[in-house]
Amino acid sequence: MIIEHLGLNQINGSLIVLDGIKGAAFDEMVELRLENGSSRVGRIVQIDGERVVIQVFEGTKGLSLVNTRTRLTGHPIEMNLSPEIVGRVFDGLGRPIDGLGEIYPLETRDVNSSPINPVSRIYPRNYINTGISSIDALTTLIRGQKLPIFSGSGMKHNELAVQLVRQASISDGEDFAIVFAAMGAKNDVADYFRRSFEKANVMHKVVMFLNLSNDPIVERIITPRCALTAAEYLAFSHNMNVLVILTDMTAYAEAVREFSSSKGEIPARKGFPGYLYSDLASLYERAGIVEGSNGSVTQIPILTMPNDDITHPVPDLTGYITEGQIVLDRTLDTMGIYPPVSILPSLSRLMKDGIGAGYTREDHQILANQLFSSYAKVQDAKSLASVIGEDELSDADKRLLKFGKDFEARFITQSPYENRSIEETLNLGWDLLSQLPREDLDRVDDETIQKYYKGNK
Amino acid sequence: MNNIIGGINGPIVTINGPTDLEMMEMVFVGNARLVGEVIRIDNNSTVIQVYEETSGLKPGEPIFPSGSPISVTLGPGILSNIFDGIENPLTDIAKASGSFIPRGLHPDSLDPKAEWDVTIKVKVGDFISGGDIYAVTPEKAIEHRIMVPPEMSGEVIEVMPDGKYTVNDKIIVIRDGNGESHELTLCHKWPIRIPRPVSKRLPLSKPLVTGQRVIDTLFPIAKGGAAAIPGGFGTGKTMTQHQLAKWCDADIIIYVGCGERGNEMTQALTEFGEITDPKSGKPLTDRTVLIANTSNMPVAAREASIYTGITIAEYYRDMGYHAAMMADSTSRWAEALREISGRLEEMPADEGFPAYLPSRLSEFYERAGYVESLNKNEGSISVIGAVSPQGADFSEPVTQNTKRFTRCFWALDKSLAYARHYPAINWNDSYSEYVGDLAPWYATNVGEDFMTCRGEIASLLAEETNLMEIVKLIGSDVLPDDQKLTIEIARVIRVGFLQQNAFHADDTFVSPEKQLKMMQVILYLYHRCSEIIATQVPISQIIALKLFDKLVQIKYDVPNNRLDMFDGYYTAIDEALASITVQEA
Repeated sequence: MIIEHLGLNQINGSLIVLDGIKGAAFDEMVELRLENGSSRVGRIVQIDGERVVIQVFEGTKGLSLVNTRTRLTGHPIEMNLSPEIVGRVFDGLGRPIDGLGEIYPLETRDVNSSPINPVSRIYPRNYINTGISSIDALTTLIRGQKLPIFSGSGMKHNELAVQLVRQASISDGEDFAIVFAAMGAKNDVADYFRRSFEKANVMHKVVMFLNLSNDPIVERIITPRCALTAAEYLAFSHNMNVLVILTDMTAYAEAVREFSSSKGEIPARKGFPGYLYSDLASLYERAGIVEGSNGSVTQIPILTMPNDDITHPVPDLTGYITEGQIVLDRTLDTMGIYPPVSILPSLSRLMKDGIGAGYTREDHQILANQLFSSYAKVQDAKSLASVIGEDELSDADKRLLKFGKDFEARFITQSPYENRSIEETLNLGWDLLSQLPREDLDRVDDETIQKYYKGNK
Repeated sequence: MNNIIGGINGPIVTINGPTDLEMMEMVFVGNARLVGEVIRIDNNSTVIQVYEETSGLKPGEPIFPSGSPISVTLGPGILSNIFDGIENPLTDIAKASGSFIPRGLHPDSLDPKAEWDVTIKVKVGDFISGGDIYAVTPEKAIEHRIMVPPEMSGEVIEVMPDGKYTVNDKIIVIRDGNGESHELTLCHKWPIRIPRPVSKRLPLSKPLVTGQRVIDTLFPIAKGGAAAIPGGFGTGKTMTQHQLAKWCDADIIIYVGCGERGNEMTQALTEFGEITDPKSGKPLTDRTVLIANTSNMPVAAREASIYTGITIAEYYRDMGYHAAMMADSTSRWAEALREISGRLEEMPADEGFPAYLPSRLSEFYERAGYVESLNKNEGSISVIGAVSPQGADFSEPVTQNTKRFTRCFWALDKSLAYARHYPAINWNDSYSEYVGDLAPWYATNVGEDFMTCRGEIASLLAEETNLMEIVKLIGSDVLPDDQKLTIEIARVIRVGFLQQNAFHADDTFVSPEKQLKMMQVILYLYHRCSEIIATQVPISQIIALKLFDKLVQIKYDVPNNRLDMFDGYYTAIDEALASITVQEA
């Protein structure tokens, strides 16, 4: 027997309130039918006796207190899954929008999933060769890692993400898939990704979830969950290596904020709710490798830092959850350097266990440490030069400046279609370090110097 | 009484109307029997925070009381185990239900089938009271001492023979003052929010030796002390916590992953299994308990995980062991408090945190200490709490309040981390109030001049900081030679001494003796050079000798078991410097 509840008691932003509902479950999905025959989907977010608060994903525009019928579905928001989803396009709630018909489900899953048991995780160690020097050498991407790109409006994060997908997937062989979720992304951006995937001939491996900037905002809260449910399904039930791109996490967090404020919750920093950390973690922590499956979920969330401010709550909380970050830099970008990766704040936490002998090359960690340390000194020399002028610098500082310039021009800079092998990247690093005298290389032991250093030993 | 669900809002469940539940009582919520705790009672409603995901709960489902507050089971089998925030064994959950954690599954915390080789320590007729040891059994690296629950005492009226028992078997029976008899097994329960009683607190006089130079030498922590490690993301909080968990000289390590990454717990599990404890010769996991409530696990259990950890630490302390607890990170715990408080619509104080944040923090840190337990054994708990300040801004409420209740502050610094200087503990912002308390120990156990050397090193670093202000403005060329020497020697201290390589077999742990010898040789070079510079020899000549670079490499060049090699450095320094003075003459 299906009970439909006529009318509503209150409408407030994306929330509606109904009285006199029996048997509603927390987090249950509801369907609303309007008089004009259209339907909307919602979720129960609060229950107080027979009074129920429902969040409507498509927004409450056009709803009145009398023109709707509400039906409880008896289950949380679920997604239909089968291997067929690869190559398809879905809306922000996981419904196909490419005109190719419904998915015949082999399985339906709650989009919220359950937390992965830390005991069942396998510590990620397999490095992914992205062919991008600044990433491979200094912030190595590991299979099963969550490594976000911190960018700002107008910088080349989309190009970088596409290059990552193009070059990483090549080395992955056949059993890979890409899950792409757009949250509040512009139409052009989604289109750019689609064209790039087609050009790279991987479109048949892509699952797309599109909640574009003109789509309902609250729907964004569900979009990444659908995407990750699809990714987990492909990875852990079908042993695929899945690369998930989530863009833009800032727009997602803003949707969470909007929802929270319409619920009247007490805000923490910059109006974001106190649970933003837990909420973001429930997404990011869905990356990984688990026992009993050969698949993996690797996440590359992209977020634009408002006003390029890395201490803004969204990049800040993200950095605390993810295993490192790739930070793009406005100054490098305006200098025309691509990819504009800012080396010093960028970091890959899983790097140390996935590189070195047996993975990349035995000198990798030492080289990376030395490049970081020398490049940090370049910044000191730069700031000194800006005070006293370059001419007044000591010879050592002038050498550092030269090294810094060459490092940016030869090591960081590369073409969007250039795929460097790890050997090339590491050798290039030693070429650059060889400009500096031996005693400046305080992170390198003598043995490694003998083998790789080309300067005056 | 009508204990049924009225309202649901995230992890908060309310019962409408009066109930017979007690404050802080553990309850099972709904047909799925989710674990919850009563956190507020008034005439019209009772509020419960639920430790598991509440989706699918319906109003009208029953709530079952348990009659006791949230407790942990204490007994043999805790060591080398991994639990969630309310002591559910995660390995058993994985066995039962695979890679994802389901709801409502609560296996026994301690394996009920494991048999322990028990030796009884009391006989019929003995009078025993709370804390007394009535049996022992070997557990991993230690002797597990079974104690009478603190609030109990009486005359022993029955004793089982030595032999193999499981945790729930009867071991002895005692009769208390009211004539009631109680069966004691190998385990008992203790509520996590109540500190276990002790006989008395003792002053702190021994350091927790960590083998990390910047900590042991500059900012030591006492056994029984509390330290905070604040730092923005990527500055190495977890890395430092892992290093301490691996190398500090405690008997028992409780590592609480509170709202942090799942992969980090996996890493701790695998890495600790691979490393051998230098003291016992057994894998490090044998002395470690992991409590993993990762960031995607339910938020209320995250709040409890800190208390679960410290209660287990207290239990081992009462046996007479030195426990160290790492909490990574207390900010996530504070955020869990904030989240629950927000759902209860309490009036917020700073940045949305509840007004009781400072009192909760102080209650927690006060559970650290060096004590004489009820059975007259000496034990300690040292607490090392990581703090993750938002935006790396140390003025935020959690960092500021933690600072008030810990006496050791290891401030992690972004710019050091960017230059990959690890441990990235900033020597200007950090402090330890334990230095004075520990000075006598260092003098007797390491060397008379340890504290003098430490003082000199610290003042050289402070002097360098001042000089760098000038250098930043006008460059280093204009400084007089004696100040250039300070900068050079400070570089040796920073790079050669403070910076420590966690991945180097020798450098990852360095004994206080070697730390002292390193300081001595660095200071010897400094004093010799000062003398020579006073005779107008230009510093460029000294730098050309590459002595400074030689000292930077000591940490790699002198293995930990070859401290005699230090003598060679003095000769080398003398010979090299002699060449200059001869030229001058």
